[in-house]
Amino acid sequence: MFAFILKRLGLALLVAFTVSFISFSLLFLSGDPAAALAGETASGEDVEALRRLYGFDRPMMVQYGDWLFSALRGDFGESYYFKLPVASLIAERLQVTMTLGVCGILFALATAVPLGVAAAIRPNSLIDRVALFLSVAGQAMPSFWFGLILIVVFAIQLGWLPPSGASSWRHFIMPTIVLGYYAMPAIMRLTRAGMLDVLNSDYIRTARAKGSGEMRVLFKHALRNAIIPVVSLAAVQMGFMLGGSIVVESVFALHGAGYLAWESIARNDLPTVQALILVFSMFYIVFTFLADVLNAWLDPRMRSA
Amino acid sequence: MSDMLLSVRNLTLDIPTGSGILHAVRGIDFDLRRGETLSIVGESGSGKSLTSLAVMGLLGKSIKRSADEIRFGDTDLLKANNRVMRDLRGNRMAMIFQEPMTSLNPAYTIGDQLMEALLLHRNVSRDKARARAVELLEKVGITAAASRLSQYPHQLSGGLRQRVMIAMALMCEPDLLIADEPTTALDVTIQAQILRLLVDLTREMNMAMILITHDLGVVARVADKVAVMYAGELVETGPASEVFATPSHPYTRGLLRCIPQPGKTARGARLGTIAGIVPSLVGEVTGCAFRTRCPHAQPSCREAIPMRGTAGHAFRCVFADGALSEEKGVVA
Repeated sequence: MFAFILKRLGLALLVAFTVSFISFSLLFLSGDPAAALAGETASGEDVEALRRLYGFDRPMMVQYGDWLFSALRGDFGESYYFKLPVASLIAERLQVTMTLGVCGILFALATAVPLGVAAAIRPNSLIDRVALFLSVAGQAMPSFWFGLILIVVFAIQLGWLPPSGASSWRHFIMPTIVLGYYAMPAIMRLTRAGMLDVLNSDYIRTARAKGSGEMRVLFKHALRNAIIPVVSLAAVQMGFMLGGSIVVESVFALHGAGYLAWESIARNDLPTVQALILVFSMFYIVFTFLADVLNAWLDPRMRSA
Repeated sequence: MSDMLLSVRNLTLDIPTGSGILHAVRGIDFDLRRGETLSIVGESGSGKSLTSLAVMGLLGKSIKRSADEIRFGDTDLLKANNRVMRDLRGNRMAMIFQEPMTSLNPAYTIGDQLMEALLLHRNVSRDKARARAVELLEKVGITAAASRLSQYPHQLSGGLRQRVMIAMALMCEPDLLIADEPTTALDVTIQAQILRLLVDLTREMNMAMILITHDLGVVARVADKVAVMYAGELVETGPASEVFATPSHPYTRGLLRCIPQPGKTARGARLGTIAGIVPSLVGEVTGCAFRTRCPHAQPSCREAIPMRGTAGHAFRCVFADGALSEEKGVVA
């Protein structure tokens, strides 16, 4: 198990290093950064001055090394637009995004897993049909529309919840539901399919033949095996929620990291974009790593992989 | 306490399907005394596994079970609720299955799975349960038993896994062990070992066994009694020695002809086969189910046929001698 973790950790670091290089290169893919920074009306001299000021005249590998070592120390440079250190800018925005992402995935898991298990215990029953309906609706409904419906009903009509902002926990209820409901259908279906599959397996029959009670069969013998693909899926979705919840953040005017990414791309604020890409990628890498470790704990066959 | 361990009378299993009711098992009777080995023999789909699952109360929800009597020791299994059945399973009656590769939970250690049976039914400490697990692993012939406890199923071979399954079934010293084709999935060399092990253990623990198999060679070696099933019905039952010496039902004789005998079967000779296929059991099933494949079929085979012969050795055929004289006539 320890060797497995070490191996996966090494792999994760390798991926992280590669991603850091790609996200740095993006700066140069988008054209001459100095010209972009200077604007359309700037003279050639101004552009040259900016090039020297920001160090764009140095070889690319030198710039990358410089950027990487600063990044490792938590220094991502200064935002072109906000004129603030990128690191503190992102840290501030990440608070909102992480709160939303964690609440969202927890909400998704807390609804999807029990519903999937219940649906698998009695296929084609009422609860199975309700679960299927909820998941189809969740998949078919765009997040922004669902968000607006919630705002109209609970904020405007009923006045129970604030429609936008992030100043209290009540502000996070609707965004959590919208974001969680986006992730719920896939988790629910995978749980249901996994449980159906496992409940028909020979070792479940063995567990029953041993005299295990139904709860023990379901939660000790079946769920542990059925949940393995769900862990991998949830990790990817968690990464997505932390990086890509732009729609939900916009609808509820939550100024999170997704929203910042969108703003920064629109403003050509390259240091911020670079740093955000790196941070979002790191989330994916960290969650995938954690999912691998969790799965190896759940299923001993994976430990040798 | 009476000597009788298990009595089954008129066991019937119906499975609803899209095209009608499948009469998978129709009116089966059998008895099993303590310490006795009964072998249920038949082709795939003859209902022998379902019969054993019906005794264990492990049938799928869609299968309808009815019977005049299913009595296990002092317990009427027809009236037993889930709780009572759960207390019996793995405790007084245990089962091992055909597929050792998939019958153990991949997520838990061998030790966990062995100990679970004992911890569920007996008020013992984990240390005691562990000691018992080691003891049984040794008993089923697994070396370095103590170190196996922390291994996972995927680290063991099929033969070892089946030994673990046997050890697990025996954790609570059951009165009845049901072995559903325990050797079918194993290598031939391992088959003999596992079979020998089962026979030795049933003797040693004075345990009754229902051995389900389609291999008559297995039956001849281990069974006290034989029940031959065909298409959901018992066609012949009796002491193993008598059934092998004087097989009375045409189907039993057909099965026996399928086994090559060293010295008797000529090199290159065709092995016996039974032509035709098992009939569909969906919808009304009457008369002898074997008549479509039987060389001696008569118009009267369509009617309900009672068991004949003695209480000890009985068979279900329209011919008083099970068409034996007719068969000899054909041969001559």
